[in-house]
Amino acid sequence: MADDTMVAKEGVEQETVDAVKSLGDKYKYGWETDIEMEYAPKGLTEDIVRLISQKNDEPEWMTEWRLSAYRRWLQMEEPDWAMVEYPEINFQDQYYYARPKSMETKPKSLDEVDPKLLATYEKLGIPLKEQMILAGVEGAGEVPADGDNSERKVAVDAVFDSVSVGTTFKKELEQAGVIFCSISEAIREHPELVKKYLGSVVPPTDNFYATLNSAVFSDGSFVYIPPGVRCPMELSTYFRINAENTGQFERTLIIADKEAYVSYLEGCTAPQRDTAQLHAAVVEIVILDDAEVKYSTVQNWFPGDEEGKGGIFNFVTKRADCRGDRSKVMWTQVETGSAVTWKYPSCVLRGDESQGEFYSIAITNNMQQADTGTKMTHLGKNTRSRIVSKGISAGKSNNTYRGLVSMHPKATNSRNYTQCDSLLIGDQCGAHTVPYIEVKNPSSRVEHEATTSKVDDDQMFYCRQRGMDEEEAVALIVNGFAKEVLQALPMEFAMEAQQLVAISLEGSVG
Amino acid sequence: MLKIENLHVKLEEEDKQILKGLSLEVPAGEVHAIMGPNGSGKSTLSYVLSGKDGYEVTDGTATLEGNDLLDLEAEERAAAGLFLAFQYPVEIPGVGNMTFLRTAVNAQRKARGEEEMSAAEFLKVIRAKAKDLKIDADMLKRPVNVGFSGGEKKRNEILQMAMLEPKMCILDETDSGLDVDAMKLVSDGVNALRDPNRAFLVITHYQRLLDHIVPDVVHIMAGGKIVKSGGPELALEVEKNGYADLMESA
Repeated sequence: MADDTMVAKEGVEQETVDAVKSLGDKYKYGWETDIEMEYAPKGLTEDIVRLISQKNDEPEWMTEWRLSAYRRWLQMEEPDWAMVEYPEINFQDQYYYARPKSMETKPKSLDEVDPKLLATYEKLGIPLKEQMILAGVEGAGEVPADGDNSERKVAVDAVFDSVSVGTTFKKELEQAGVIFCSISEAIREHPELVKKYLGSVVPPTDNFYATLNSAVFSDGSFVYIPPGVRCPMELSTYFRINAENTGQFERTLIIADKEAYVSYLEGCTAPQRDTAQLHAAVVEIVILDDAEVKYSTVQNWFPGDEEGKGGIFNFVTKRADCRGDRSKVMWTQVETGSAVTWKYPSCVLRGDESQGEFYSIAITNNMQQADTGTKMTHLGKNTRSRIVSKGISAGKSNNTYRGLVSMHPKATNSRNYTQCDSLLIGDQCGAHTVPYIEVKNPSSRVEHEATTSKVDDDQMFYCRQRGMDEEEAVALIVNGFAKEVLQALPMEFAMEAQQLVAISLEGSVG
Repeated sequence: MLKIENLHVKLEEEDKQILKGLSLEVPAGEVHAIMGPNGSGKSTLSYVLSGKDGYEVTDGTATLEGNDLLDLEAEERAAAGLFLAFQYPVEIPGVGNMTFLRTAVNAQRKARGEEEMSAAEFLKVIRAKAKDLKIDADMLKRPVNVGFSGGEKKRNEILQMAMLEPKMCILDETDSGLDVDAMKLVSDGVNALRDPNRAFLVITHYQRLLDHIVPDVVHIMAGGKIVKSGGPELALEVEKNGYADLMESA
């Protein structure tokens, strides 16, 4: 099956594949777009928080919400338990608000968007302008992701630094009753939904970075799928950090009402630069009875150069609350970028018979450090969770899986299965697995399996004897190792992810 | 096709000489067999020719169609037309057999400046070739060699050989671990590839493989070099008398 799928993919998505390939070698997105930016002064004060709120035309309640988070943040300590090391971050030396000058009045349509911005997206291989259907995926009917043969579409809500630039496909989504817009727009247009759900999954007091985000988030995406609606297309946000020293504080809120379904894609790239960049995003997902959300990430931020200089610091809080009975969430992530990754997409399995799944590939090369994993909190009866984590370390990097599986007293007859595999390339990298397991009722079961292996010389020689060069061979072996997770990605993402795996491991052998 | 002169090879990690002045020539269109006792350096010869790390050539030359092999990377030798059927084919978890082969075929084509094989064409060709070797669709999709029986692994090697269409094929103890039926399948596969423009070097312990793949020349290897060469009857002689006599006479 897998091989036939592969062949179909290649026929169908040549455009995507070419776009990815054409972006060349090494770190592909190392450039900056010369667009005039408007900055708020460096540093963080109540005034800056007010300014951000004002710039987004926010109502008073939102300003207050931010301010209370800010005041809380002042009393919090930066966490230090993760297995990552980085120079101390001076939070007063960051810009907390930046946006392209041409955006001061928001464009009515993409025609009004600064052409340079669109060129930026084009360089990233996002066919936003002409074909807003990302990677058209016609003929994908042969391998439908969900048994749906209709033409697959992707709507893009592109974030350029701190302001959502253009949301495509709005009309078609509106017809289905789906709301997909920037979060600042949602705060203005749908305050009842935002008030009800914002901070209900990740409270403003949750942790140092989430609290910071709550105070200063500049923009992000908002999704609401009404009861019984299957979102007619995949929704996608492309994040991109462009302005020097601008922390990115994106806020995403997704609500799947009863019996709703949505698949959401998040992809990230950032240009090369010298000073390290701080990023602290928050993603909240609320899933009501019988609803399902798939959230897929391909993260390819600048990882720093071979000495680890200049990469993104990525402190992310992502959490899904399976609030309704029989609700379901699936996190899939491919983490190839960032100098430091601190990220644990989590599932709160509150509803009875709710299900959480987490599929992850984390690749570290050179001096990269990743401390990533998930939390599965079983609160409801008969809940199920599944964790498949594939860590790949090369160069002098360090890759840690940190996971918590917690079975609460009322979560009777619940199950978890965890599989953590680590693959080492070379002899200077590290792989660590830190599972935490808490079971507070006797009828639940938790299984944990972990393996560590190396790309061995015999496999390399076998591939090379058949004609592949070292990099092709490593890419093939690693993609094989990570296959279970790659298969969990939506098709167009899977192809890009395979390419990314190859690119991010360049120079790791020989 | 393949010409080896006075080849001296030692292990990189320890000061141990394995090949001690081996010379051999296999012309296009011919099948040569190498027989010899354990430890005579047969497998080392196949690894050195195909470019595995860990060996150091201290003297001598090896050329393929006049081009120096020892100067090339393993993948360059493969693209030049050298193929090794492994004694112990390697498992690659998660990588579909077909994906592996298609990557290999296209890597070689690219290295030679040829056009890549399209997915459709590849499928057509591999299905036909797999059928001859009684390899079913399921085996093509399974991860490379993972969970394959001994016989399946060896048939898979021959399938790879058939797909890659090399000029010079080295078979390293391809008969080991095969029952009679599997041996016949594998031999038929090899015989079908015999061609005036292709040469074979068949390394084996036992004469019985040579009943199926009849060689033009048989070489006896001992102590890191060829000690005797002759026709197919030489293999029968070995089978009857063992290596001891030959080694003494050498």
